[in-house]
Amino acid sequence: MTELTRLRSRHLLGITDLAPDEIELILNTAEAMKEIGTRTIKKVPALRGRTVVNLFFEASTRTRLSFELAEKRLSADTMGITAVGSSVSKGETLADTARTLEAMSPDLIVIRHASSGAPHLLARICKAGIVNAGDGSHEHPTQALLDALTIRERKGRLAGLKVAIIGDLLHSRVLRSNVLLLTRMGAEVRACGPATLIPQGLTSFGVHVTTSIDEAVTGADVVMMLRVQHERMHGLFLPSVREYFTLFGLTPKRLERAASDVIVMHPGPMNRGVEIDSAVADGPWSVILDQVANGVAVRMAVLYLLAGEDVT
Amino acid sequence: MPVVMDADRIGRSLMRIAHEILERNRGIENLALVGIRARGVPLAARLAANLQAAGGAAVPIGTLDITLYRDDLMKHQVGPQPILRRTDIPFSLDGKIIILVDDVLYTGRTIRAALDALIDFGRPSAIQLVALVDRGHRELPIRADYVGRNVPTSRQQTVQVHLAETDGHDEVEVHDMEVAP
Repeated sequence: MTELTRLRSRHLLGITDLAPDEIELILNTAEAMKEIGTRTIKKVPALRGRTVVNLFFEASTRTRLSFELAEKRLSADTMGITAVGSSVSKGETLADTARTLEAMSPDLIVIRHASSGAPHLLARICKAGIVNAGDGSHEHPTQALLDALTIRERKGRLAGLKVAIIGDLLHSRVLRSNVLLLTRMGAEVRACGPATLIPQGLTSFGVHVTTSIDEAVTGADVVMMLRVQHERMHGLFLPSVREYFTLFGLTPKRLERAASDVIVMHPGPMNRGVEIDSAVADGPWSVILDQVANGVAVRMAVLYLLAGEDVT
Repeated sequence: MPVVMDADRIGRSLMRIAHEILERNRGIENLALVGIRARGVPLAARLAANLQAAGGAAVPIGTLDITLYRDDLMKHQVGPQPILRRTDIPFSLDGKIIILVDDVLYTGRTIRAALDALIDFGRPSAIQLVALVDRGHRELPIRADYVGRNVPTSRQQTVQVHLAETDGHDEVEVHDMEVAP
């Protein structure tokens, strides 16, 4: 069997479109990209002369900076547009913004949007390759890929691992992308959160769903905490932050039930004292800062693999 | 298919090249080897062993993947895009004489990319090039300092280097490219 050398699509819209060999290709490429971050001159000419547009319609610090750094390390020319201070705040529709950008013929467009499916709309309109940097409560593929890279680095594999994902399951695109990726790669996923924040149909993805954090953590090789997304909660989901921490917050005591070499992850930004105790976030289990470093490498890999496609 | 180098000839060439490297640089001091992926890597390792045997000291050795420095990223509609592998140069290049090692020297474009990559890592005092086979047809002003064998070829031919470490046996063959029907 010949090794896969390129992605089958020229877009990265979600993990749902990726086959296991494509996930492996991205992770292996990202592993090679990591070395560039250790050099004195942290830059390679691979995407010289390519234009990448970063369209961030929703607040984002780490994902936007991570993509920008990845683009710069590959020598791409980058432009950033945020919702505030652009034509978007003057009432332009996404489709019109996309057509305007298209006229400037960028090679790749990275988009973060509060509406699920926004990158898919762009993919239909634009000739450029589209990278989904998070769309509403739908998918956040590069986050799941960087999580997978971090797990693989620490555990040497994904298949057979017990992964507990805990927190606001309902609003989390990180959950969706991670569930798709981890189950596809043969990991056993348990999801845990308050009953009001469990989406319907989650079990149909092959996930064990529970409201008991102790049950979710028991024997886990990886514990992934999700942020409580106050900004997406337009109803009464939680009685109080204190009660949430008491029932679902990750503490050193709760971690005792996990595997002895458990790692703790968080996609950020963290709410200390809400979903995670500071002693855990800063403790020996935490690989949260590894995730940030791996984020740049994974995004370099994705941009490189998509830019190498025949974009005509 | 004509075999232009067998295992014995490859072995003797690499021993001769090691001696030429020592003679030209007046010893082993300050030398470092960098192999270009894929087959420059085992060749560099063999040269390092030869240099140690003849020069009496260990030579630092690194691995270079030039994929990200290629000038044809967009021109792979037909052939597969090369898979990116890890570059590993665990020493400073500053002030060193770098012996760059590749299996086949052809258009010179791989070496151009490798030179760009090396310069990004530091400022070596010199870079010298080893090629197991020089098959001609240069498209850039690049030449090898040490050559295992000059093999005159046509552009319609391919040169295949097999090495024990990567392919199970040592041999260099020249093939006529199959013409598409």
